[in-house]
Amino acid sequence: MSTTSTTLPSAGPVAGSRSFLSRLREGDEIVRLITFVFAGAVVLITLLLVFELWQGSVLARHKFGFAFFVTRVWDPNAGDFGALPFIFGTLVTSALALLIAVPLGIGAAIFLAELAPARVSDTLEFFIDLLAAVPSVIYGLLGFLFVVPLMRDFIQPRLKETLGFLPFFKGPAYGIGFLTAGLVLAIMVIPYIISVSREVLLSVPRDQREAALALGSTRWESTWKVVVPFARAGIMGSIFLALARALGETMAVTMVIGNTPAISSSLFSPGYSIAAVIANEFSEATGDLYPQALIELGLVLFLLTFILNGLARVMILATSQRGSGMGNA
Amino acid sequence: MNTRLRWRKFVSNFMLTMTGLCAVVAVSVLFFILGYLVYYGGTSINWNFFTKLPAPVGETGGGMANAIVGSAKLLALATLFGVPIGFLGAIYLAEFSGSKVAFVVRYAADLLNGAPSIVIGIFAFSIAVHPFKQFSTLAGGFALGIMMVPITLRSTEQFLLAVPRTLREGAMALGASKWKTIATVIVPAAYRGILTAILLAFARVAGETAPLLFTALGNRYWSRGWTEPTASLPVMIYNYGLSPYEDWHRQAWAAGLVLLALILITNIVARAILSRGISVPR
Amino acid sequence: MKRSAGVLLAGFGLASAVLAANALTITGAGASFPYPMYSKWFDEYHKKDTNIEINYQSIGSGGGIKQVTEGTVDFGASDGPMNDDQLKAFQDKHGFAILHFPTVLGAVVPTYNIPGVTGDLNFTPEALAGIFLGKITKWNDPAIAGANKGVNLPGNDIVVVHRSDGSGTSYIWTDYLSKVSEEWKNKVGKGSSVNWPVGLGGKGNEGVAGLVKQTSNGFGYVELIYAIQNKMPYGTVKNSSGAFIKADLAGVTAAAAGAAKSMPDDFRVSITDAPGKTAYPISSFTWLLIPAKFSDGAKRDAIKGFVKWMLADGQNYAEALSYAKLPKEVVAKESKALDGIK
Repeated sequence: MSTTSTTLPSAGPVAGSRSFLSRLREGDEIVRLITFVFAGAVVLITLLLVFELWQGSVLARHKFGFAFFVTRVWDPNAGDFGALPFIFGTLVTSALALLIAVPLGIGAAIFLAELAPARVSDTLEFFIDLLAAVPSVIYGLLGFLFVVPLMRDFIQPRLKETLGFLPFFKGPAYGIGFLTAGLVLAIMVIPYIISVSREVLLSVPRDQREAALALGSTRWESTWKVVVPFARAGIMGSIFLALARALGETMAVTMVIGNTPAISSSLFSPGYSIAAVIANEFSEATGDLYPQALIELGLVLFLLTFILNGLARVMILATSQRGSGMGNA
Repeated sequence: MNTRLRWRKFVSNFMLTMTGLCAVVAVSVLFFILGYLVYYGGTSINWNFFTKLPAPVGETGGGMANAIVGSAKLLALATLFGVPIGFLGAIYLAEFSGSKVAFVVRYAADLLNGAPSIVIGIFAFSIAVHPFKQFSTLAGGFALGIMMVPITLRSTEQFLLAVPRTLREGAMALGASKWKTIATVIVPAAYRGILTAILLAFARVAGETAPLLFTALGNRYWSRGWTEPTASLPVMIYNYGLSPYEDWHRQAWAAGLVLLALILITNIVARAILSRGISVPR
Repeated sequence: MKRSAGVLLAGFGLASAVLAANALTITGAGASFPYPMYSKWFDEYHKKDTNIEINYQSIGSGGGIKQVTEGTVDFGASDGPMNDDQLKAFQDKHGFAILHFPTVLGAVVPTYNIPGVTGDLNFTPEALAGIFLGKITKWNDPAIAGANKGVNLPGNDIVVVHRSDGSGTSYIWTDYLSKVSEEWKNKVGKGSSVNWPVGLGGKGNEGVAGLVKQTSNGFGYVELIYAIQNKMPYGTVKNSSGAFIKADLAGVTAAAAGAAKSMPDDFRVSITDAPGKTAYPISSFTWLLIPAKFSDGAKRDAIKGFVKWMLADGQNYAEALSYAKLPKEVVAKESKALDGIK
């Protein structure tokens, strides 16, 4: 197995200085090809999905054009469809979900990775992973049975008393609405943040922590200023997972959001999300234009996801000047 | 200087306590859910639940045997389809690809991840059901498998990249070829994280309802082979949970509990089996 | 792990082979409203003939129509009859027609949760339309109070609740409102999903019932069976003869009997606001959608056998589950129509 190269193969892209045949003989090229095919399959599936959505919404796209994005009306009988209230609802609930879940999730991950003894950490992680396994229907049912009354009878009235001057907390408190949906979503996405962040934090080399402590930092400082930045990429990845989950969640949201295509600055207001309306209406949508309008909504969600991911990546790039162990998110 | 140090120490203790609180909050939510499921569903879990077919409303003695088996079949298919793509794709991203290709693949995976489960269901319907004029377990497995890909891919990639350079370089210095390094050093070093990623994806799809409604449909009877519609626990929970009958509600909670238990067992078994026979080179 | 997976797969294969035997599987999908009834029926029929397995899944009326037209299921079910376009689509695709067979009757009732009000409220068509149009906003509005003398109605705002998912129940409700209110007909129209002028959306009958139960001053519509099972108060509705009828099985069957005389041959009829002194005005048939031709003779005979049984013995199971039986005239007409399935 002697090679003809003079340089060591690096951990990055395969160095080109060895002949193709020698690489092939050693199996590297085969493995590269195979794994490339599978990576390509991911892109292929996504493209196929977008293609199907594109094809499946042709009538609606031609009828509404760009007005689809800014129309507020959703009238199946009149054949008049607009995406704005659903875009609004999707964005608001996902933002709320992340606002709640990210601090909680990273905090819990830090605790599990840095403070908790290994057995406690493993056991608790076990249980938190179970949260990811709870069917979304059950989240919806439990959300409706517990979170909604909790919001309506305790949390929302308190918020109105203390912060009612803000436009976010005005209006009647039904219990269902944007805030409740955001809260339920937060519970659903927290396991992804905790699980992945914890693993990444655990994989940060000991010497990083020890170096910081040796330099006189407190436990918290070494964690927050050294370990966490080192694991930034992985933590960001977990937030991406959480965001994706929140954007696409169907069942749980529809049971607690009120299913009303409304745009309001109040978090107490009932609303609607793209995933929820598709789930509610697709089975029954008859005719040609109606189901296609729903599929166009699916396409809009893809676009939203595309833009949000792009924005997030730009943000990461911008803030990673300060440097971290890995630059890939 | 003493006060400054004391302040830093105070902040340290305070923040670390807060993180503990976060963990407590997260875990207590789970225990609350579990507790509710046990309380309301526990009474419906009996031998019948695991062995009998569903009974019409008003009749006792029905069970969800076919749904349990159906879910197991669907998840097996999903894993077979989704995990290789996610895992091998991640290896490509972490070990072989250039940054541009990696960017595109990651983006695509994140897009796929954000698709509502119902859209995946509609997609799977047009690919795996419509052409064959048949709802089937295969179609359901396909839909769930697609959903497993992004989580598996992104998380596995993270953990592969987190393996320290020193390990890689050590293997290279010993003359190992790329793929041997990957197979015997990098993957074993990252296996814990990879397993976490796969189990997370598994847990995610285990509870999905919407994609199955358009692919596996549902079945009141046993589903034979892989090309018939099949019952599954999430769909049963959906149907029973939204029904007017108290008895069916309790069965829905029981099904939720059984589903969680299934995931838990898979979790334990997978970790136990895969922790054997993995040798990390010293 | 690979080995155990292999063993598992082999086990499934074996079990499947054993179960394959002689069973004839028929798949149907559609309306969720009659799901409890159909699951009972198919189960009873399976007991009679264990070789026949009729697998019915509730995916919604629209889903039923779509899937039976696509050919992915053997028969469909819907709470609203297929319209001419849908019939034509089926005919064009398959070359033969699809037939409607009414199975049972259901009722949609107005249910409410008003602090301090425990009895039955009376609702006129004008009141119902006005509330759902958003024009009547308080409980003590004269349109409501006028029909409920002696009841202390508060001045609270009405919280309207409707269905968020497309459903046959919504179809029946909006069909009725379209008949009794010109404004509703023009502004909103009838359909399984409409552009509701006001109100919160609950998912499924259960969602609406839950929201009304939980929300003070809630007002929504649900299938009779849900109101009964959830022990919720529901009001009476004034029928076309001027009587205030509280929904019950007799009132629903009366509505159907009134319509039976003028029933078209294809059974596609709306019986909301039906004539008859005792008729409950918000009633509806629910239909099985069966293709007129089957290439598989065994399936055809099994389905025909089932429908025959359903029209006779099957009807006896309906009332226990709060569904109303078909009137005699309709049963007779359907038995004749069965010959249309070849």
